Amino acid sequence: MRTNYLILLFVATLSFSAGAQKYITKTGYVKLFSAASLEKIEASNRQVNSVLDGATGDFVFKVLLKSFEFEKALMQEHFNENYVESDKFPNSVFIGKVTNIKDVNLMKDGVYDVVVDGKLTMHGVTNPVKTKGTFEVKQGKVLGKAKFTLTLADYKISIPGAVVNNISKTVDITVDVTLDKAN
Amino acid sequence: MKRKIFLALAFTGALFVTSVKAQDDLMSMINQNEKPTVDYTTATFKSTHIVIGQSIETAPAGNLNFIITHHFGALNTGYENLYGLKQAAIRLGLEYGVTKWLGVAVGINTDKNTWDGSAKIKLLRQSKGAKKMPVSLDIFGNTAIYTTKWTDPTRTNFFTSRVTYAMQVLIARKFGNSVSLQITPSWVHKNLVPQTADNNDIFTLGAGGRVKLSQRVAINAEYHHLFAKQVVSTKAYDSFSLGVDIETGGHVFQIFLTNSYGEYEQTYLTDTRGKWSNGDIFLGFNINRMFTIVNHKTRKE
Repeated sequence: MRTNYLILLFVATLSFSAGAQKYITKTGYVKLFSAASLEKIEASNRQVNSVLDGATGDFVFKVLLKSFEFEKALMQEHFNENYVESDKFPNSVFIGKVTNIKDVNLMKDGVYDVVVDGKLTMHGVTNPVKTKGTFEVKQGKVLGKAKFTLTLADYKISIPGAVVNNISKTVDITVDVTLDKAN
Repeated sequence: MKRKIFLALAFTGALFVTSVKAQDDLMSMINQNEKPTVDYTTATFKSTHIVIGQSIETAPAGNLNFIITHHFGALNTGYENLYGLKQAAIRLGLEYGVTKWLGVAVGINTDKNTWDGSAKIKLLRQSKGAKKMPVSLDIFGNTAIYTTKWTDPTRTNFFTSRVTYAMQVLIARKFGNSVSLQITPSWVHKNLVPQTADNNDIFTLGAGGRVKLSQRVAINAEYHHLFAKQVVSTKAYDSFSLGVDIETGGHVFQIFLTNSYGEYEQTYLTDTRGKWSNGDIFLGFNINRMFTIVNHKTRKE
């Protein structure tokens, strides 16, 4: 009898999670920015994939590193070839959760403060990332925005001695995604 | 009581499992939704030259590469000649990326004040993903005109006698991150050759490659075989060069040893006078400096 309850509960949780509204994009925007004494480095990626589960707050991102566009072609080549080694590690993945999803009413237009907590994998290294951001609910869409800072050394991305003063040891990441309801 | 605890534990377990599973589901949703992308191979070589000859690389679109090539005299010329340091052949070149598939270049050589102009067209790009291509393939063509005075002004000289052409097919493949190989068949046409026994059309077959020692240092080698009975009146050898690439931001330094004194295709392919076993080896370097002329504008903000 108790086992039956258990199964019932299990199935209920599963179906609850499966039936929830999901939000998706494949044209999300991520910007890298790093300012150092000599060189300002800026790159944009407009092909970011992301999915949000409206009920549980589960939030995942997948970023193809070769899709970052730099102002200087040489910077782009060095980014892929020497720093993130995109041949070996083509994607960066974030798997996390909006911890206060209960505070967001996805049925009602408005701007909500959110906290996103999860794990970011890049260059074969995974680190915890926690940041504050906003969700703007607008006509059924969710516009997510956040900013956070990464330390290159945490991801075993080394800067050669010759340019160590030209390149900042941290990178500011700006995330801007417009998530549509998934079918 | 025990059962209740068990039930609670099982419930939490189920929740945990579903949460991880949900995130996996979201990730597989991304993977299904993802646009198929073509993953083009980049940086097969660090420079537009493997060592002394052309690589499949061009200056990126909107970028200008200033290349200074310098070959000292032969190492076997002894102390009196400071092992070649007293002599130099120099080429100054400018290479511009018109588009991502077209590069143009112009250069001036101290050898007979020769001007050379060239174009390199990228026909195939090595790629994987949505479009699979095993190799990159370029066509390279150049025209060289020497501009020193006629050696014999008493005879009838034609301007066309100053002009030579070279055409190459560059076929390269990058194996993983650190090894790249290139095959380079070449065809050189000379309007005027020293003797009738010499061919006006000369064919060579070359191969080159690089191995990266670190992200910024690579070892390169390049060889061009000159098929027999084409160059008869002078003794020409196969060209072989061995070098190191050092990359520092906007510069690539290439330091090498070669048995070719000439610095453009027509000379090193058909007129390599040095022989490695005799010590007719020239120390040389290329300095590549890349300038961004047209920025790839970041569109938003």
